[in-house]
Amino acid sequence: MAWREVVYEYDGSFDGLLCCIYESYTQKELPAAFFRTGELEPCLYEVRAVTTDAAHARRVYEGFRRFSPEVGPFLRRAYWTCLPEKELAIYRFAAKLYREGKPLLQRLSDETYHPLLRAVRQLNGELEQYRGFVRFSDIGGALAAEIEPKNRVLPLLRGHFCQRCHNETFFLYDRTHREALFYADGHSAIVPLEEFVMAPPDETEKRYRRLWRCFYDTIAIRERENPKLRMSHMPKRFWPLLTELQSDPDAIPPSPSLCAAFAAPGAPAAIPAPATRQAPAPSAPASAP
Amino acid sequence: MELLDKLSVLADAAKYDAACTSSGAKRGFERGKIGCTSSGVMGCCHSFSADGRCITLLKVLLSNDCMYDCKYCVNRRTNETRRATFTPEELADLTIQFYRRNYIEGLFLSSGVLRSPDYTTELMIRALSILRREYLFNGYIHAKAIPGTSPELVEQLGMLADRLSVNIELPSEASLRALAPNKTKAAVLRPMRFIADRGQENRRELVKYRHAPRFAPAGQATQMIVGATGESDRRILTLTQSLYDTYHLKRVFYSAYVPVVENTLLPSLDTKPPLLREHRLYQADWLLRFYGFRAGELLDEGQPDFDPLLDPKCCWALRHPDFFPVEVNRADYEALLRVPGIGVVSAKRILVARRGGALRAEDLKKLGVVLKRAQYFLTCSGRSTAPLRLSLEGVRRNLTATERASLPAGPLDQLSLFEPA
Repeated sequence: MAWREVVYEYDGSFDGLLCCIYESYTQKELPAAFFRTGELEPCLYEVRAVTTDAAHARRVYEGFRRFSPEVGPFLRRAYWTCLPEKELAIYRFAAKLYREGKPLLQRLSDETYHPLLRAVRQLNGELEQYRGFVRFSDIGGALAAEIEPKNRVLPLLRGHFCQRCHNETFFLYDRTHREALFYADGHSAIVPLEEFVMAPPDETEKRYRRLWRCFYDTIAIRERENPKLRMSHMPKRFWPLLTELQSDPDAIPPSPSLCAAFAAPGAPAAIPAPATRQAPAPSAPASAP
Repeated sequence: MELLDKLSVLADAAKYDAACTSSGAKRGFERGKIGCTSSGVMGCCHSFSADGRCITLLKVLLSNDCMYDCKYCVNRRTNETRRATFTPEELADLTIQFYRRNYIEGLFLSSGVLRSPDYTTELMIRALSILRREYLFNGYIHAKAIPGTSPELVEQLGMLADRLSVNIELPSEASLRALAPNKTKAAVLRPMRFIADRGQENRRELVKYRHAPRFAPAGQATQMIVGATGESDRRILTLTQSLYDTYHLKRVFYSAYVPVVENTLLPSLDTKPPLLREHRLYQADWLLRFYGFRAGELLDEGQPDFDPLLDPKCCWALRHPDFFPVEVNRADYEALLRVPGIGVVSAKRILVARRGGALRAEDLKKLGVVLKRAQYFLTCSGRSTAPLRLSLEGVRRNLTATERASLPAGPLDQLSLFEPA
């Protein structure tokens, strides 16, 4: 009997997606599309809401082990990429893997596997870039920074920055995905956060920004100037958040979506500097590392 | 002098040093200390300056008050320039504060020669040990060993730094004698030899005692100026090869000479830095380090310089038509690496992918092979990947045309209807 074609509505987490795969195989359903809860668009297929069950998710995740221990982590990374319709791409890859087994993992140019590989490669590239391009500001003793990545790199940056700044208190805000990484005293948490406005820098912070900009401007050799090369290593989309490329030494400009909050005096209560903010209970991280 | 002024003087004096990598060291994080270098094999670039070079380290001199009189150098004694010296505290504070804000991965410390090489090295050791022991800095440190320093001091420096380097400055002894009268080849090579031997000894110690103190765990590097003197590319590349072989250097850096001072022994002030030549040398350097090429294969007496129009690997391929075509589905890794347009990553991907079935020409592109260059040198299951069969001359013409797009625009060639035969 042919499998029923349906549309899955899930909670938007990786575990949720794994549960969709579980449902698909136990209920003999073929997903034609995936929607996050609340983002459903009208369609002709039957809509099935899938509730996330940790046990089911784990069973699917562990099941990938029989092909290779790397499949699970790879798919998790694929889920964090900005690939359009990534749920469907991941589902199709998993289905093909169940059908064809391990040899699929060698066919790097396979039409189902390759798009995921490319997307993950891009994610890894952006991760590498952000390890360098994050710029913290010291605000009352705590560090704060913002990023605006294409892929969801925050969960992957977590390990790196928690090690690097293990003796600091820091806060990293992802403007694209509207979530924030908090770290204090060896505990970290990623929590959704609608809006964040950086507190203005104090005198010491301004001083180090000036020193850094001075170093940045001095270190370039004028005779070798090569704007194209710089742009290919450090694309322009990173520039608005890089301290050394701001003409005004004291400000980091807000992203367009946040301009309103800056302009209107009675703007919705923006989150104050992380130093003054109540740190979230580190015992309950909002998302798994 | 204000710290801001000092920084601008001492960064300006250090900017011609090419080395700015944080690769090769693994400094795990330690409780109570500041920072760690977890990037391991790959370095971490924090920014790129207007000339497109990466900024990884806070690259400064401890002092630019130099007693030497090297003709090519901005810091030479007879040059009228502002002089400054960091105090160890200023340097440590700058490093830590920049590091916290994720501006840099660590410190690159060099210095002009104050009084004597030994005295200068002692100052550097003092600054670095304050940074390491009082400020508890656990990030990356690259320190310059000054030619002529005694081995005991180099040893101490190596215990504080992750990487050491001694600049060889010029590619031959004659040039060194003419342009850097205070430096000799022996004075440059002695610390280099010492660092190499000490590094090997340290590796043996670490096998026996896991917690033995580490001596320059990221190895050593060097740098030479290209274009200030008349050496051929072949001479430079042979020297590079022998440095990698004898001293186990991690990197050799080339720095296109930027005329900063007027001197009869040097190219005139309006000379453009030979950037393309530097680029070709780096390409060849990669071929030596990762692709299994030897200097003698890339350049010989008949051809002592690189072709400005074509990269060294393509040139090699065109001189060895007997080696090609390479069969993608059967050739070994070493043979694949010799094909223009195939790199380390794509060669490894080919090895994995062909186990899952024979590869076709359209698969190669997805594996990252640059077919623009590789097509003339490959077959897939016996079928050539190039759409047309071309003569060697035709291949050269096409490759040159491909390359031209990436080269800086030169003066336009006047086309002629009547090509000279």
